[in-house]
Amino acid sequence: MSVLAEKVITRDWAKGPNHTLAGYKKNGGYAQLKKALTMAPAAITDEVKKSGLRGRGGAGFPTGLKWSFVPSLEKNSKPRYLAINADESEPGTAKDRFILENDPHLMLEGIGIACFALGAHTCYIYSRGEFKHPSAVLDKAIEEAYADGIFGKKLMGTDYELNVYQVRGAGAYICGEETALLESLEGKKGWPRLKPPFPAVVGLFGCPTVVNNVETIASLPRIFEKGSEWFMKLGTGKSGGTRLVTVSGAVIRPGTYEVGMDTSLRELIYAKEYGQGLPEGRTVKACIPGGSSAPVLNADELDVKLEFDAFKPLQSMAGSGGVMVMDDTACMVRCLWRVARFYAEESCGQCTPCREGQPWMARIIRKIEEGRGESADLDTLINVAQAIAPWPPIGLGNTICALGDAGALPVQSFVQKFRKEFEDHIAQKRCPHGDQPWGVFGEFK
Amino acid sequence: MSEPLFTADEQKKFDAGIAELLSHYPPDRKSAAMLPALRLLQSLKTWLPPEGMQLVAQRLESTVEAAYEVATFYVMFHTKKPGTYVIDVCTNLACALRGAEGMLAYLEQKLGTKAGENGEKYFLRETECLASCGTAPCLQINEDHHENLTKVKVDALLEKLS
Ligand SMILES: Cc1cc2nc3c(=O)[nH]c(=O)nc-3n(C[C@H](O)[C@H](O)[C@H](O)COP(=O)(O)O)c2cc1C
Ligand code: SF4
Ligand code: FES
Repeated sequence: MSVLAEKVITRDWAKGPNHTLAGYKKNGGYAQLKKALTMAPAAITDEVKKSGLRGRGGAGFPTGLKWSFVPSLEKNSKPRYLAINADESEPGTAKDRFILENDPHLMLEGIGIACFALGAHTCYIYSRGEFKHPSAVLDKAIEEAYADGIFGKKLMGTDYELNVYQVRGAGAYICGEETALLESLEGKKGWPRLKPPFPAVVGLFGCPTVVNNVETIASLPRIFEKGSEWFMKLGTGKSGGTRLVTVSGAVIRPGTYEVGMDTSLRELIYAKEYGQGLPEGRTVKACIPGGSSAPVLNADELDVKLEFDAFKPLQSMAGSGGVMVMDDTACMVRCLWRVARFYAEESCGQCTPCREGQPWMARIIRKIEEGRGESADLDTLINVAQAIAPWPPIGLGNTICALGDAGALPVQSFVQKFRKEFEDHIAQKRCPHGDQPWGVFGEFK
Repeated sequence: MSEPLFTADEQKKFDAGIAELLSHYPPDRKSAAMLPALRLLQSLKTWLPPEGMQLVAQRLESTVEAAYEVATFYVMFHTKKPGTYVIDVCTNLACALRGAEGMLAYLEQKLGTKAGENGEKYFLRETECLASCGTAPCLQINEDHHENLTKVKVDALLEKLS
């Protein structure tokens, strides 16, 4: 078992309140921002590149590389922006919320470092509308940082101005997609934009903009404290650092844990430090490894490490670290129906394959689950999914944004890996699980 | 005579709030404040009355149409007056695997309402994943979050809603 050698994000959470500025400073807070402000901006980006930091919002894109796409001021003199993605709404994912609640200054210090590197004087933190408590903690932290002279006209006493604002969303999953997020920040409905141009060149208000996830940015202070080599070494392969993952569903101890990149799904599910396995007699039937859009894995595929590249051979993805476990008594058709309903509901309606296809898939799955399925339905289901986003491999979507893929991939993978369950529903003209489709913990007590 | 939209106190809060919000954006981008401005209006009135929508549009140098386009896109905005208690129950996968459907049925039965029906007292509805998957099942009452729920805990929560 690989137990995490060194914690990065959650390091100080057990020591007592770290959400206040005083608590954060006691643990050495804001010393790294101070240090970064003495460096050349390009040197900061270089360190981030060397650290192997990859985006924790879902795509695992190398952070330093993303920053380097922002054109130089000579080429483009418009203001530049940093937007923090705190929209956390991918089903299964529950990690950024804990950073906001437990260590908001860790992210704020990271924002200072990133903005200075990018030449950004304004940062908007887009937090999901339902985060009443996390948002309140964050607002307080921002206020404290201004009062202490960290943010404002003189970033930590230097001549660099930095303003940081929180903007709360209002309940729309699509606003987690980075260009929809920018539209929403501009005060509009969250309709994703066609790319290119990418936000790094044409982003918020038409200006160069970097969008990064909360956890990504919260990793920065540690990288500057311990060095990019340390961070890279802590990781595995081309992924530096550690990950915050949430394991939910059929495990005995669901929760959010910081784990090493070399931790396997099996360890996350069974280790006593993490999920502690399933109740006696129950076994894993299926596992969604990275938020509900990540193609489902079966019980033989659990030895994959949580590192970003490790999922490629399995045609799935590490995504946003939302690991959902289904035991041998759960109904795969019912689970997929719930997932499909979500994407049908959240499609923004801009592209035809997604707008029409997602609800169509949800209707077919419902029909099968309710015992009204016909044998041709499975082929139709796969055809609709393939028309939205051919799979495998991942990333061939035919739509403006990746929500199309996000809804199609679960359908394709569930039907491929659990086809017999769908056929049984059709043959028996009912759900074989009757009124207990949710497995070992499915009853409300 | 129709009643004014705001009391004097509310008007003060609204004016100060809008001024503060506009200071967060470039001067030629006033309409960017649409989401926070609607949130401000809703925090004062519990919903988004038409006169309020007009006022927001005017202050942000936008249009009423644009304001409604935003208001109807996001599920947390109420363009119709909701019941006193808006109860959002997550029934997405991680919560469903932990009894969320049973919890929703329990609430329907205890409150004597159906999910999706906006009554005078309760507006009970299903919602999507609330980032509580590891602490499921969960729900929000007027945006206050409650997790790791059981029948006992739900009973205690409902008792407070008189
Ligand atoms: C439909 C959809 C929803 C998304 N939701 C989120 C989200 O809630 N939080 C997030 O950080 N990234 C989300 N993303 C990914 C973002 O588009 C973007 O890649 C990310 O914020 C970049 O930050 P990172 O490089 O630090 O990961 C979503 C993407 C899609 C297609
Ligand atoms: S893929 Fe779906 S969510 Fe994305 S832009 Fe098209 S319709 Fe909207
Ligand atoms: S599925 Fe309910 S909080 Fe995530």
